[in-house]
Amino acid sequence: MKRLFVLLFSFLTLTAFAEAPVEGGEFQPGDMITHHIADDYTWHFADGAVLYLPVILVDNGEFKVFSSHNFYDENHETVPYNGYALAHGHIARVDEAGESLEAHGGLYDFSITKNVASMFISVALLFVVFFLIAGRYKNNPKAAPRGIQSFFEPIIIFIRDEIAKANIGPKYERYMPYLLTVFFFIWFNNLLGLMPGGANLTGNIAVTLVLALITLLITVFSGNKSYWKHIFATPGVPTWLAPIMIPVELIGILTKPFSLMVRLFANITAGHIIILSLFSLIFIFRSIAVGPLSVAFATFMNFLELFVALLQAYIFTLLSAMYFGGAVEEHDHADEHH
Amino acid sequence: MELVTPGIGLLFWQTVTFLIVLFLLGKFAWKPIMSALNERETSIENALSAAEKAKLEMQALKADNEKLLAEARMERDKILKEASEAANSIVETSKQKANEEGARMIAQAREAIENEKRAAITEVKNMAASLSLEIAEQILKRELSDKTAQQTLAQDYIREVTLN
Repeated sequence: MKRLFVLLFSFLTLTAFAEAPVEGGEFQPGDMITHHIADDYTWHFADGAVLYLPVILVDNGEFKVFSSHNFYDENHETVPYNGYALAHGHIARVDEAGESLEAHGGLYDFSITKNVASMFISVALLFVVFFLIAGRYKNNPKAAPRGIQSFFEPIIIFIRDEIAKANIGPKYERYMPYLLTVFFFIWFNNLLGLMPGGANLTGNIAVTLVLALITLLITVFSGNKSYWKHIFATPGVPTWLAPIMIPVELIGILTKPFSLMVRLFANITAGHIIILSLFSLIFIFRSIAVGPLSVAFATFMNFLELFVALLQAYIFTLLSAMYFGGAVEEHDHADEHH
Repeated sequence: MELVTPGIGLLFWQTVTFLIVLFLLGKFAWKPIMSALNERETSIENALSAAEKAKLEMQALKADNEKLLAEARMERDKILKEASEAANSIVETSKQKANEEGARMIAQAREAIENEKRAAITEVKNMAASLSLEIAEQILKRELSDKTAQQTLAQDYIREVTLN
């Protein structure tokens, strides 16, 4: 078992260094790590096993779809293609000579990047798992759960009872689809990100931004009278404080999802950085003796990250539920409390 | 800075994909799962409450039975008591009646005896009287067969009469 893990992690390191940019022969851990946690137009599973993902560009309203393979020559060096080239991990317009142009306006990049592809895989996995489970429930709803169903049922019940019911109250049912979806989406993607060669999807600010934004929108649109009253006329606060209180409360609406966004992004990215850094130690010290130590620490970190993957999905779901709960809560005795 | 700059492509794909996932899972996974869970929980709850109710009913039934039994026992005791009382009273009454009857019969017998006795005495008296008379007649017949004797007797009577 232990050997298997060592093999697993050496595989992870292999893929890490297969694409590590080595500038002037000197190993640059910073570059390697940044490259690894950032998005990419290709998916390196191992050296030689590279999946070139499709590039989709909208250039001044014009769709351009081609394979990212076009950006690489046979030596795996980046080359310009059709007026575009990869520059610092992004696609930029270039002139005939391959020099990048300053004008970026009107160029939008909707490529199926490594993150997007990884997300599609996670979505396919979500569909397979939960449609299978749903089928079991549909066929015999009163039977005891079995197999994969009995693994997920306690989690679903936990989300319903401990997260939704406990924090939202009687109107919890409306929010269950979102809470369940966001929990399993984050969890699955966190786990996929821990796989060797996996993408850092939930550690990408765009992904966490969208998730947090949906939580924000649901919160704002389900806000009842007392929710808005607490923002625009906080009970028990003198009216002359309103010019201070209202902006503070409005900022408060935004800081909640902002914290959601940053928390998930930072936690997952930090985990990836730590594991990659531990492997980098071997190459920084240029000694095989560091290897076992590095692998031991990385193994420990990976286990920790397995836990963090679940924890962060739980925290995101829990806090979302708390924000929804705050929005639908009835403050019948609000004045007595303040 | 690169790390915290959201890319438009991923923003777009994430939004689209997540909304589709939310919709599809919500419609085809969470809805049946949640309703099945609720259904199962309701049925379990119902079964439990039904069992509890049945238990209570059983207890009530048992208590009822016991009450009935106790009542029956009491009834039986009462009936027995009443019967024995009735028997006693019957015996008592009959005893009394017998006593009374006896007493009455004794009294009657005594009266009859008295009557008989009286009748017997009267008869004896009468018999004695008639016998005396007969004897006297016989004696007189014999005594008065001769003249002297008759005179003597007459004289005796006269004497007696004068004495009176």
